[in-house]
Amino acid sequence: MEAVDQSTTLDGRSALPRRGFDFKWLIIGGCVILVAYFALIPLFFLLWQSFFTPQTATQPAVFTLDNYRTAYSSSETIRLFLNSLQFAIGTALFSFCLGTLLAWMNERTNTPFKSLFFALSIIPLIIPGVLFTVSWILLGSPKIGLINLALQKVFETDYVFFNVYSLWGMIWVDGLHYSPMAFLIMTAAFRSMDPALEESAMMSGANVLQVAWRITLKLSWPAIFATLLILFVRAIESFEVPALLGLPVGIQVFTSSIYQAIHHYPSQIGLASAYAVTLLAITTVGVYFQSRLSSQGSKYSTMTGKGYRPRPMDLGPWRFLTAGIFILYFLLIVVLPFLVLLWSSLQRFYSVPSWAALQNLTLDAYRFVLTYPTMTQSVWNSLVLALGSATIIMLVTSVICWIVVKTKIPGRWLLDNLASLPMVFPGLVLGLSIMIFYLNFDIGIYGTLWIMFAAYITRFLPYGLRYNTTSMLQIHKELEESAAMSGASWGTTFWRVILPLLKPGLVAGWIYIVIVSIRELSSSILLYSPGTEVVSIVIWELWENGQYVELSALGVLFIVGLFILVMLAQFVGKKFGVKEA
Amino acid sequence: MLRVEKLSTEYPNEYGQIVKAAQDVTFEVPEGKLFTLLGPSGCGKTTTLRSIAGLERPRVGEIAVGGQVVYSSSKNIFIAPNRRGFGMVFQSYAIWPHMNVFQNAAFPLEVRSKRRSRKEIEEQVMRVLRAVALDHLADREATKLSGGQQQRLALARALVMQPPLLLLDEPLSNLDAKLRERMRFELKRLQRELKLTTVYVTHDQSEALALSHEIAVMSEGHIIQIGSPRDIYERPRNKFVADFVGTTNFLDGVITAIEAEEGYCRVRTEVGELKAYAADTPRVGKKVALSIRPEDIELSEERQEGVNVWQGTVDAKVFLGEYLDFQVKLKERLLLARVHPSLKTPVGKPIYLRMNPEKCIAIEEPAASTSAENAPVAAVAPKVQSYAG
Ligand SMILES: Nc1ncnc2c1ncn2[C@@H]1O[C@H](COP(=O)(O)OP(=O)(O)O)[C@@H](O)[C@H]1O
Ligand SMILES: [Mg+2]
Repeated sequence: MEAVDQSTTLDGRSALPRRGFDFKWLIIGGCVILVAYFALIPLFFLLWQSFFTPQTATQPAVFTLDNYRTAYSSSETIRLFLNSLQFAIGTALFSFCLGTLLAWMNERTNTPFKSLFFALSIIPLIIPGVLFTVSWILLGSPKIGLINLALQKVFETDYVFFNVYSLWGMIWVDGLHYSPMAFLIMTAAFRSMDPALEESAMMSGANVLQVAWRITLKLSWPAIFATLLILFVRAIESFEVPALLGLPVGIQVFTSSIYQAIHHYPSQIGLASAYAVTLLAITTVGVYFQSRLSSQGSKYSTMTGKGYRPRPMDLGPWRFLTAGIFILYFLLIVVLPFLVLLWSSLQRFYSVPSWAALQNLTLDAYRFVLTYPTMTQSVWNSLVLALGSATIIMLVTSVICWIVVKTKIPGRWLLDNLASLPMVFPGLVLGLSIMIFYLNFDIGIYGTLWIMFAAYITRFLPYGLRYNTTSMLQIHKELEESAAMSGASWGTTFWRVILPLLKPGLVAGWIYIVIVSIRELSSSILLYSPGTEVVSIVIWELWENGQYVELSALGVLFIVGLFILVMLAQFVGKKFGVKEA
Repeated sequence: MLRVEKLSTEYPNEYGQIVKAAQDVTFEVPEGKLFTLLGPSGCGKTTTLRSIAGLERPRVGEIAVGGQVVYSSSKNIFIAPNRRGFGMVFQSYAIWPHMNVFQNAAFPLEVRSKRRSRKEIEEQVMRVLRAVALDHLADREATKLSGGQQQRLALARALVMQPPLLLLDEPLSNLDAKLRERMRFELKRLQRELKLTTVYVTHDQSEALALSHEIAVMSEGHIIQIGSPRDIYERPRNKFVADFVGTTNFLDGVITAIEAEEGYCRVRTEVGELKAYAADTPRVGKKVALSIRPEDIELSEERQEGVNVWQGTVDAKVFLGEYLDFQVKLKERLLLARVHPSLKTPVGKPIYLRMNPEKCIAIEEPAASTSAENAPVAAVAPKVQSYAG
């Protein structure tokens, strides 16, 4: 970075063209264009497609309203809409209640082992949705589900206690899957509150319930509502659970309908786009209000005192109950799903645990998986995509973030919103939009790894932005100004001062994006082609082929691999001074 | 009224080790008096206050208010904070941002088990809001109050239930200097008028001196001296108190003789001999530190009659408006003297110092404290007060 801001040097070089100036605008301009390209263009093509017939070799696309007519004229659509809402609201409420209870127990009570629990709470985030759903099928299906079989044995009936193939089953599985997220958000909300606000209520004579209801809950109301909204958005865009649990019994939601419309023969891309636009409208409203609420919530958080932790509430003997809840939760969300996968991976053909089956344990499935033809390629693809997109996203968003936080450039809020826009895209909708875009705009990346790369970058851009913004806000302006006073150009300042100071946020965001990229399924499923499969796609294919045993083996390897990766990342992160990964 | 006995409270720190935040704290506060816990940041004042409030559970000790024991480790009594009925003002004020001024102040009345009518509550709330001059803002959103108004609202909320005991944790430290002075008077007036038994926590010595009936100086979890403001200031029992409360000059010395007059002795220091007052029974040969406040050193250009008169030269002068600080050089030592600005002796000229023996306090050095003894005592320059929480 030899470019020096010429205007500040006195040794005669000021006659040279202002190279530092150009360089700065080059980088900034490049980042802005990149973001606009990734965030806006797919959206445009999605809208376009929803009003046109598919373009084929013989027929050009023509304007039509048929897609919307087909989508909305049937009575099925009402069902679809109601199903989606029921599923999403149910999931949001269930995961929220569960997550809040756990967060409260963890933050405000003296439940034993709670710090251990907090450390373990990261593990459920590692298990990909598709594996979690499959393992709950093995646990809760009416015919082969272990929970049913066990209960039937105990009560000696053939009554089906638990059926995952139902709306309630879907809510149960998806709600469990999203509860760690609710737990983390509510934990943060509890922590950001000045404990003196609760203590002063206590000193005023209020009892535990009055404090919880009149102070804690009312004060957290913006946080609560924002959390519910984000969980709702996550649930309505979730794909694995509706596809694996809903479709077999005809419970359709938006995501599964989009998927079906595309996999219909001939594929109804226009219809899928019409559904996708509706879904996008719902998630947009959700995300919009969520971000409004979050910024409104900060009105309250400005009145905090010094950050001490309140004395945790003594639950007396009840603390064994709360500890029991922790253990049960951990069983349901990590231990049982993992064990059932492990069990089935050691079988030749899937069978329920029994003495006879125990005699027949075998490692064949692992042998099969390790020699599976696309295995090496898909692991490689997953890694390349995850590491590549994480790196690019973190670098690009650091510049975006600098512009948004540190400059007064007019229109920077637009840039912020643009980079946050992909937040509203459900993975499936994003996959669809990108597919349409590159089908119509052929630059030769359709069917290659690049198209998935584009999808990943778009999808996870907002996460990178969020991590970077948090640390960017903590960098004092004078640190940068003093670099400029020392004669550093913008590029040098950015590289030598800003990026090192951003490091905690950069590393944490990078780790997070690597993990979510490796688990990614719903965008990839519309974009992969032979040779560009990723690991989660291989799992999906095995499921479609009915190779449950092999799937389980791959699942076990996948979870263990991800676990090692996360531990490694945390270790590295600690060295960089990162608190959360 | 309030009796705290042998109170010790501990915290686990991040590494799981135990921090002894308050140790063996014992004091009593009579009915209607204002008692202050004074000490530097981190000495355990807040911990002691929160233990009285019931927000922390001490490890051992006993706390009784008006004859009723609210905490006792030996009798295994612990009354929950919401049943103690004390009023408390937090350092951050802890005004609930989702309620308006009236609702904040009414909250303690509403959550009481004893039911009151709306009208009754309104009367009481308005009365207390009037007392703190916030009645015209009753409908204002709490987030829209200035710092001083928030502070008064916090006070109103603590007073509305007419508590037997009022606990204040650095209530003025978040205000700017001018407002702090004014609120100091307000607080004093309110406390004296309502005869509120009050425990007041502060790190600001002038606040403590101005407000209190009695002060306890704390350091590292212990109370080191309890006394009236005058006692604490004029008769510090050890170097820490002398140093922390106000500005002082320290001179190392040895007791050479005991005077006939009760409590007085002669002390030889590096710059000369003088007559001093010793609170503990003085013994010849004992090492002491002499503490002389700058305002107790009289300066004059002519030699004056009486005991404890030395000659020095003016080394530097600082004009501070209401008074003038002189640095006077005696042999190689500098002493700080605070005099009326009318004294105009120029720098470099000789000057005479006279010190009233009553104001020269000989403090016995604890035998074990080595660092204090060996340190070259140069506590002459005015000390900068620390304003950490
Ligand atoms: N909640 C807590 N957890 C752990 N240590 C604490 C806690 N509160 C206070 N301490 C420690 O106890 C000591 C006394 O603190 P405190 O009573 O707040 O001091 P003060 O109010 O006099 O400034 C300090 O060393 C502080 O670090
Ligand atoms: Mg304190």
